[in-house]
Amino acid sequence: MNNSAQNDKYVFNFNFDEYLDIETYKQRGGFSALESALKEEQDNVIKKIKQSGLKGRGGAAFPSGIKLEMVNRAEGAEKYIICNADEGEPGTFKDRFIMTHIPYQLLEGITIAAYAAGAEKGFLYIRHEYPKPRKRMEQAIKELEEAGYLGKNILGSNFSLELQIFSGAGSYLCGEETALLASIEGKKGRPQIKPPFPTQSGYKGFPTLIHNVETLTNIPKIIEKGPEWYTSLGTDDSHGTKLISLSGDVKNRGLYEVPFGTSFHEIIYEYGGGPLEGHTVKAVNIGGASGVLVPPDRLHVSLEYGTCAEEEITIGSGAVFVLDERRDILDNVHNRVRFFLHESCGKCTPCREGLRQANILLERFRNAEASYNDLEKLERYTRVMQDASFCGLGQAAGNSLKTSFHYYRDEYISKIRNEEPAEVIA
Amino acid sequence: MTSKINVQDKSLLPTLLKKQKDSPFNFLSEDDVNSIAKELKLSRSRVYSTASFYSEISLSPRGKHIIRVCCNAPCENAGKEAIREAITKELGIEIDETTEDKLFTLESVNCLGACFMSPAMRIDDEIYGNLTPEETVKILNTYKKEHVDE
Repeated sequence: MNNSAQNDKYVFNFNFDEYLDIETYKQRGGFSALESALKEEQDNVIKKIKQSGLKGRGGAAFPSGIKLEMVNRAEGAEKYIICNADEGEPGTFKDRFIMTHIPYQLLEGITIAAYAAGAEKGFLYIRHEYPKPRKRMEQAIKELEEAGYLGKNILGSNFSLELQIFSGAGSYLCGEETALLASIEGKKGRPQIKPPFPTQSGYKGFPTLIHNVETLTNIPKIIEKGPEWYTSLGTDDSHGTKLISLSGDVKNRGLYEVPFGTSFHEIIYEYGGGPLEGHTVKAVNIGGASGVLVPPDRLHVSLEYGTCAEEEITIGSGAVFVLDERRDILDNVHNRVRFFLHESCGKCTPCREGLRQANILLERFRNAEASYNDLEKLERYTRVMQDASFCGLGQAAGNSLKTSFHYYRDEYISKIRNEEPAEVIA
Repeated sequence: MTSKINVQDKSLLPTLLKKQKDSPFNFLSEDDVNSIAKELKLSRSRVYSTASFYSEISLSPRGKHIIRVCCNAPCENAGKEAIREAITKELGIEIDETTEDKLFTLESVNCLGACFMSPAMRIDDEIYGNLTPEETVKILNTYKKEHVDE
């Protein structure tokens, strides 16, 4: 894995052989951002984050400074901050590495964001599948409280932050912010209608700032080195760097910190060392289970919010999963559909029933028993799921299906047995 | 917005997880649900509604060690099915089954965030990656041995 040196071109500077301790973090300038932020007006801190152009790294890419300002400006007797560490997007493991290797940078980011938003209580919502990162964060929170970087009157200021860890219980949907709130409130992790947005009415009805682990870990560096430094990284369209979780059929799987503007081709061939010996790239799944399938001839596209939006590539959480020529696209798509079928909360019909039908139809294709009618149905159900689902889960569940119809249609056609209309699906 | 949430609600999910952890069979019985409902002053249906929603909470008895094999695409492509078969062959259990000696339950899980070392599985709080069927059997044996040594 790369980026081991403390390099000014990176925000995270992972050294995967090192599990940072608090003293080393301090020696490298840790907590200097917190110290200076606490001496500034909240609005100044917000201004710097807005100037940096930082966007939410969990998948939605909402401008972080604006979200921060919304919570700061919202009326509420109390305000909360929640760090979303429910990293459930299949193929994503960046937040796991942040929590195990650089937990202090994350906690410093949470504290600065909480100060700017005016939140004095908060949660770190960690998925149940991460017992070790959870223990590491518990320990780090304790250390920071003892050293005066967390808890009451941080560094002698008037600002206090009480931060608790909250464990998830195995639900992908709880990564969605309103479902996450429901989960902390002891309910089923089902999404709620927006508005009101959590920035207005979140935990217990109070204004709540919810940010992803990677987003918050950027903040100390933006404050320490300044927004101009941050905007000098990446491109004019997208500032900073992105953590890429690279998996699948490549030589060097792993986590990479990549400046915006890098092409997906470079990510796979330079960072990842290319496909395995004697094999070729057939498809690349970008953005995890909720992402798209991209054929090799489109990998020249660069990792940038604007460009990717134009090219209909979902950056999402930054998961890049490579499939070589041995892989069956329908197997892959079916795996995704089974995943969403399991994780769907069942609240809305398009998602619940659409996925159930897609599962039945894909089984038919994989058994080479499908008809043209089945393909037409699968495409129609996918459209309905994407257009009419209540939350992002159902909408995104159609992404790999839709792109597979477009780029890998032959694979469906080759599995069609006859042209008779299929029987009514039970 | 007025909030109907009462103070105890925050502790429902942690209480469920803790109670399950304390159970020798890694699950919540009807009695557990009743006592949690009483303790937190919630209706039993509320407690059931939450308990039944989450994958990590079981309402039927499980083994001492829970093996979770990742079934997502990166692990599936890397040979998860061979790992699952090796476990089934070694322990005689399929997904969602428990061995007769109540030592192991086999489950499938949606992504352990270990795709950089797929295929991966989790046994209790440990994650094992870059698995081969042979390696998997060796790992299972260390858990069996630990049990014999107790």
